[in-house]
Amino acid sequence: MLYRENGQFKTSYAADQQIFPILQDRWALGLLLLVAFVVMPLVGSEYFFRAILIPFLILALAALGLNILVGYCGQISLGTGAFMAVGAYAAYNFMVRIDGMPLIVAMLLGGLCATVIGVLFGIPSLRIKGLYLAVATLAAQFFTDWAFLRIGWFTNNSTSGSVSVANLNVFGIPIESPVSKYLFCLVVVCLFALMAKNLTRSAIGRQWMAIRDMDVAAAVIGIRPVYAKLTAFAVSSFIVGVAGVLWAFVYLGAWEPAAFSIDRSFQLLFMVIIGGLGSISGAFLGAAFMVLLPVVLDQLPHWLGIPISTATVSHLVHMIFGALIVFFLIVEPHGLAKLWSVGKQKMRLWPFPH
Amino acid sequence: MGFFLETLFGGLMAGMLYSLVALGFVLIYKASGVFNFAQGAMVLFAALAMARFAEWFPKWFGFESLLLANLLAFVAAMAMMVVLAWAIERFCLSKLVNQEGITLLMATLGIAYFLDGFGQTLFGSDIYSINVGMPKDPAFVMESMFEGGVMISKEDLVAAAVSALLVIVLALFFQKTKTGRALRAVADDHQAAQSIGIPLNRIWVIVWSVAGFAALIAGIIWGSKLGVQFTLSLVALKALPVVILGGLTSVPGAIIGGLIIGVGEKLSEIYIGPMLGGGIEIWFAYVLALGFLLLRPQGLFGEKIIDRV
Repeated sequence: MLYRENGQFKTSYAADQQIFPILQDRWALGLLLLVAFVVMPLVGSEYFFRAILIPFLILALAALGLNILVGYCGQISLGTGAFMAVGAYAAYNFMVRIDGMPLIVAMLLGGLCATVIGVLFGIPSLRIKGLYLAVATLAAQFFTDWAFLRIGWFTNNSTSGSVSVANLNVFGIPIESPVSKYLFCLVVVCLFALMAKNLTRSAIGRQWMAIRDMDVAAAVIGIRPVYAKLTAFAVSSFIVGVAGVLWAFVYLGAWEPAAFSIDRSFQLLFMVIIGGLGSISGAFLGAAFMVLLPVVLDQLPHWLGIPISTATVSHLVHMIFGALIVFFLIVEPHGLAKLWSVGKQKMRLWPFPH
Repeated sequence: MGFFLETLFGGLMAGMLYSLVALGFVLIYKASGVFNFAQGAMVLFAALAMARFAEWFPKWFGFESLLLANLLAFVAAMAMMVVLAWAIERFCLSKLVNQEGITLLMATLGIAYFLDGFGQTLFGSDIYSINVGMPKDPAFVMESMFEGGVMISKEDLVAAAVSALLVIVLALFFQKTKTGRALRAVADDHQAAQSIGIPLNRIWVIVWSVAGFAALIAGIIWGSKLGVQFTLSLVALKALPVVILGGLTSVPGAIIGGLIIGVGEKLSEIYIGPMLGGGIEIWFAYVLALGFLLLRPQGLFGEKIIDRV
């Protein structure tokens, strides 16, 4: 009864094209933003910010970037960690080598470097498709792993490729406390989510989806596969690169190439698939699921009061994690976002069954 | 020249081992269209089972013979792989029929996580050894042609021979038996195979069991070389470029791809590596495969990909 678009008439094109055409959705979003921007900083504990909210936001951003490539353009990539690493190390180099480099500029430049590398490794996608492409993108992953470990220039000649940044600030405001880090990430994520949502609703977004659904047919009706695929790679790796900068600078502070290993790539792909391919909210739902699940699984024996050794726990967590992923894929192959939209549809019809 | 040949042989041997793992990928992809990321985890699981059973059986039943222990352990490990194949088919794949390739890929990643955890919970997570009596000492050949001859590890030689044997056995199984014919029919066309009465579910169990068998052999050979530990499951990552280089659907492709990657990797590490700072083995195989794919997107022996609108 409460959630329904009846009586909400549109009288202008702007109203017809808005992202959330239903009033209740706009209210819900406003409420969510209010909670995120105002309530959370007031009530959240330090642990909550550091262990859950900040990683959730940053990984959601990375998943968002990956979703543009995999979910909207249909190009499977297993090299996401590599593009994050490129963003992080490029931004680090800009910060170290140029005096007084502002964080935001370094972040965007890092994203641009990731874009260049992303487009470079995206070129094979013009000839290679599907699973072959997925494995081919692993080349990017292993190459960057190696490059940041072995080529000293990238890491300012530090041993083992580990680097760190300190004294972050934006417009003179220091980004040191968990709350300020959280707010900084939140602003960046909100801006990028808005940008991504609008991109996917625009002409270029529709070209990506046409390529995803059937690239030959898309080419026949006049979409240039080269342009569509490479822009998808570019936008995706830009967002992923920025997420890499945030992950390294804001979340980790000090990092080494292992922070962006192949496990990270798999984790992000899981987020996209469990969240829902081709959906912006799916990236957030997937990231929330993947960040919370290990935390909950780790704590579960404590809560239940079962004494198990930590090694066994970590193996059990592996098992349950794997089983849950398979379970989710079986129950809802289209991801949490699909469940969400099914729920909304039910709400609109309630209390009638059809 | 002697050194070059030595590297070449080393590469060929390593290549045979890669093909062994790659075979598992190809078998499953051909029969069920699933890109099985869990192959590495299956290798680890099989090797763990083998190593631990060989250690436990003499204690449980009170005998000394190493040969008997190994034989029993092999049978037990194989039985576990069959049960595993059945469980995967029953609880996972049969419910994911007709899903997209990427969903299936993710499901196998989930299976890989599960197996990593399950294997180590069941069998422990230390480093174990498998002793099936592989010769450890090196041999020297062609001593008349070069000073000092060319050193070849006998262990590698045995491993290569076993791999070759496995390939022949698999080829015979696929070409000459009734089940093999059914497997090939399913690989060609699921629906057509089903319509003439081939039970898809049973075929999938069989093909996962065969892949489990390949994983067990690979696990024993790799395990006796490197020790049975978690890193064994990363062998799969080494085999991926082999699979796409040879073509996802081709058994000979897996062998030839493995040899190319093995040789290319070793030679590049020796001759190009020092220029780039070493350690290029890890990505060279991928870049090599990528280069090949740019020329032939379906891999060396893969079926031509035809797009229909």
